[in-house]
Amino acid sequence: MASIVAVIASTHHPFYYRASTATGEDRPPFADEWTRKILAFRETLTRARPDVLVMVGSDHFHQLWLDNMPQFLVGKAPYYDANWYNEEREFGLPRMLLTGQEDLSGHILRAGLDAGFDLAFSNELRIDHSITCPIITLRPEADLPIVPIYTNIFAPPLPQPKRFVQLGQSIRDIVESWPSHLRVAVIGTGHLSLELGGPRQFGPHGPDPEFDQRAVEWIANGDLDECLREVTLDSLHSPGNATHGFMDFMLMMGVAGAGVKADYVDTLDLFHTMEAYFTWYPNGAPTA
Amino acid sequence: MSKYLLNKFLFMVDRDPELVERYRSEPRELVSWWEAECANTVLNCHTGEASTWLRFADVEREALATHDHVKLFELGAHPFLTLTLFIALFERDNTEPLEYQKSYGARLAHFSMPYPDIAT
Repeated sequence: MASIVAVIASTHHPFYYRASTATGEDRPPFADEWTRKILAFRETLTRARPDVLVMVGSDHFHQLWLDNMPQFLVGKAPYYDANWYNEEREFGLPRMLLTGQEDLSGHILRAGLDAGFDLAFSNELRIDHSITCPIITLRPEADLPIVPIYTNIFAPPLPQPKRFVQLGQSIRDIVESWPSHLRVAVIGTGHLSLELGGPRQFGPHGPDPEFDQRAVEWIANGDLDECLREVTLDSLHSPGNATHGFMDFMLMMGVAGAGVKADYVDTLDLFHTMEAYFTWYPNGAPTA
Repeated sequence: MSKYLLNKFLFMVDRDPELVERYRSEPRELVSWWEAECANTVLNCHTGEASTWLRFADVEREALATHDHVKLFELGAHPFLTLTLFIALFERDNTEPLEYQKSYGARLAHFSMPYPDIAT
């Protein structure tokens, strides 16, 4: 059976690509520290020597729209074009082409449906920065086949937080039951406290540093009990109006397992939002 | 009142560079044209198929025609869609980084929790 060699949860900051590639006067003062942290984070994936990446993210009203909105969707395609005109325009993100791992997509869909998740699917999916940001930070060669999984954290009504956790737990079981010798990393991105298009946006820190601190502790310690006690669809409005993206972190806590401490934890306090990076090694940390 | 149609306008204009420019330079004309020609388009569908019932309330049409992002927030337009399009319209006028984004937030400072409901 396949093995999960790394579970990775991260924020996805669309400004990283431009900040890290800028030079001279265009290079922001925080770019060097940010790049150092990303390179260290990247090494946690590289060391695990994955063959396949399962990528959990959320479409930002690019391909998925309010006339036909899935809650959880699995891509099943041989290729995925990536990034969109408005992401080039606002963030300077490059166009990309990623290869798909259709066999694993099919396995996740079949096993997920049989496990009680009525997953939507797409045979032609153009992915956006929720998935390309971690490709850029963690595997910029973009040379590994992927299975994209989209969640709706964006267009209410949303699934309950516990449903994200349960989906993460199911993804763990499903990937580990894939009849393959390949080494799989499961990578998901979300947000800590975040405000977009509201009065608290683009402040000197994230809109709710206290929430961020608690959230980082929940994730680092795998503290799903406390996290599920504290977090509801209603409560997530208060740290910032885009904080429902935290539920993708909860999904990744489900993949990593209740009570399992992360093997790698790092954060970076930036303007607008706090960055956070976590890696778990389900089979023990790889040796160099 | 149709939060969905407000969002559909923001979504369709944002993804088309030509419409972004027309909305920046002639917002009232663009909104009128869009409501007449595009509001009832069924997206991701056979070309030419259309709905028959979608139209703006007066307050929505006026908010769009006057670039009034504060009113759009109050009406429950999706904040991500509004912000993304308005950055495309006005960030180019910045004299320092994030100037427009910060002033956009400051103009919303009178809103407190809970914010207007964005469910469609």
